[in-house]
Order: sequence, then C-alpha cells, then structure tokens
Amino acid sequence: MRWIWIDRFTKFEPGKSAQAVKNVSMAEEHLHDHFPGYPVMPASLIIEGVAQTAGVLICQASNFNEKVVLAKISSVEFEGIALPGDTLLYSVEIEKINEQFAVAGGKVSIISAHDKGGNAAPKPLASMELMFSHLDQNMAGRKFPDGNFILTEAVSSLLREILPNGGQKPTSNSSG
Amino acid sequence: MGMSREEIFSRVKETLVEALGVDEDEVVGSATLTGDLGAESIDFLDIVFRLEKAFNIKIPRGELFPENILNNPSFVNEKKLTNEGLAELRTRMPHADLSEFEANPEVDRIAELFTVDAIVRYVEGKAT
Repeated sequence: MRWIWIDRFTKFEPGKSAQAVKNVSMAEEHLHDHFPGYPVMPASLIIEGVAQTAGVLICQASNFNEKVVLAKISSVEFEGIALPGDTLLYSVEIEKINEQFAVAGGKVSIISAHDKGGNAAPKPLASMELMFSHLDQNMAGRKFPDGNFILTEAVSSLLREILPNGGQKPTSNSSG
Repeated sequence: MGMSREEIFSRVKETLVEALGVDEDEVVGSATLTGDLGAESIDFLDIVFRLEKAFNIKIPRGELFPENILNNPSFVNEKKLTNEGLAELRTRMPHADLSEFEANPEVDRIAELFTVDAIVRYVEGKAT
C-alpha cells in the first residue's frame, strides 16, 4: 500500500496554488473497517490528501531542496462526508512561505457519484489551514536520510503529467 | 499608528486564541506562552505570522522571540545566564519584563519571559 492520497494534479501554479483530485474507491481496504457495512472516507485521510497537495506545491517551490513536513493543522471544518464513488477536489493556496515554514489554505469540494452524469457543480465539503515546516532550516545539525522523501516515485509520476520537467528546475547538480 | 493598548491587547488576544486554540479568558497579560497557554515551537512561528498579518508589521526572525542566546557559551554558565548573557537578553528583549528573571537567571526559566504582555509591548514598540 502506498501512502499517496491524491490521484492526479489538475492545476499547478508553481509557488502559488494547486488542485488535485482523489477518487474514493471500494477497493480501498480501510473503508471496510471505517465503518463495517457503512464505508466512509475518513476525514483524517482527506486532510492528508490536502496536506500532500500543498506539501508537494511547497516543496516544489524550493526545487525539492527543502524537506517539507506537515507541522500543524491550524483549523479544519467539515460540512459533510465522502462516500465510495465520490471524487474529491483539493484546492490549495500558499498564504506564506519562507525558509522556516509555510502556511497554506485548503478547500475540499465533492462531486458525488450520482451527480457525475448530471453536470452538477462541485459542492463544498471542507476547508482548512495547514502549517508546514522546512525541516532542514528548523532542525540544524540533526541527521536526516539523504535525498528528499517528498519526491517519491508516485509523486514524480503525478507531477510529470502536469508540469514540464516534472516540476524540477534544471540545475547543474540536480538529483532525484 | 495610534492604536491604544487595549486595542492592541484585544487583537493580540484574538491572535493567540487562533494560533493556540485556547479560550479567550485564558489569555491574560501575565500568561506565559509555553507554560500557561501550551505553545510549542511551531506555534511560535504561527504566532509571528499572524501578528504580522493582524498589525500589518514585519517581524524579523529573532526580534520578538530571540534565538542564539542559549547556545552561545559566553552567555551561559552552569545552566544560568552570565552577566554578559543578561546584558544581551536586555538588549534583545526590551519588550520583556526581566525583573523577576534576573533574580535567578536559570536557563530553564527563560520561557517565563514570553508572556502576553511582552507581545503587547513589542507591538506597541513597532507601532511608534
């Protein structure tokens, strides 16, 4: 099982905003425990998907040189639930970014399965504010594994579809 | 800028309630950020960001919450601040009330300097 909670980037404005989609599927194991007989996408994994959308956007802003981790969920509000067959849209915007941390706002909207044929507009599901830390800048001197753990194979494949050069600016000693 | 102390206090209070998720009535002038209000290191960054937005000011890194005092060997000796360390602290934190701290300048007590009042005084200083 891969820990990737977005399926595709639909928009990517480097340094500013991004949008991704997540399809909720009956083939996802955890739905059958959450809850038995009543599968519902856990809110925590929706938040994780938004955090991944924002985290990749923020990481790309430093050309994948910073290790970006979710440090704080400042606020989050949900107004409904997501079910198998739904498609979730995650829209994120960078509100602030500096060497130490970044703040992003996220909105989730939902296209319900029965609406898909009927051209209904996405309905709001949740909104949140997230804080990310740039690990290297905040924990100087501690050792981390080499390379950037944000730019996994899965994330690279998503970025390749939406950005030229997979979002990496050409540098003389680029890696990964 | 012309904001009264009450107005500044009220806005600082809102900022801390947003950043730390505490109740309004917990945010009194003498409340310490870490001890009384439960702030952690990531919260300090959040607080600085929100204060900048709320008051439309720029807070350079280390100005509100000074860094690099505790890891300087001429400022600390046997877990207490040296006279040099105290002098440095006085220069870097004109917005803090050091009177109680100076009596027993233990490194572990530095967090007690970061009170709501200290933030209010800092903002007042920026506004003039």
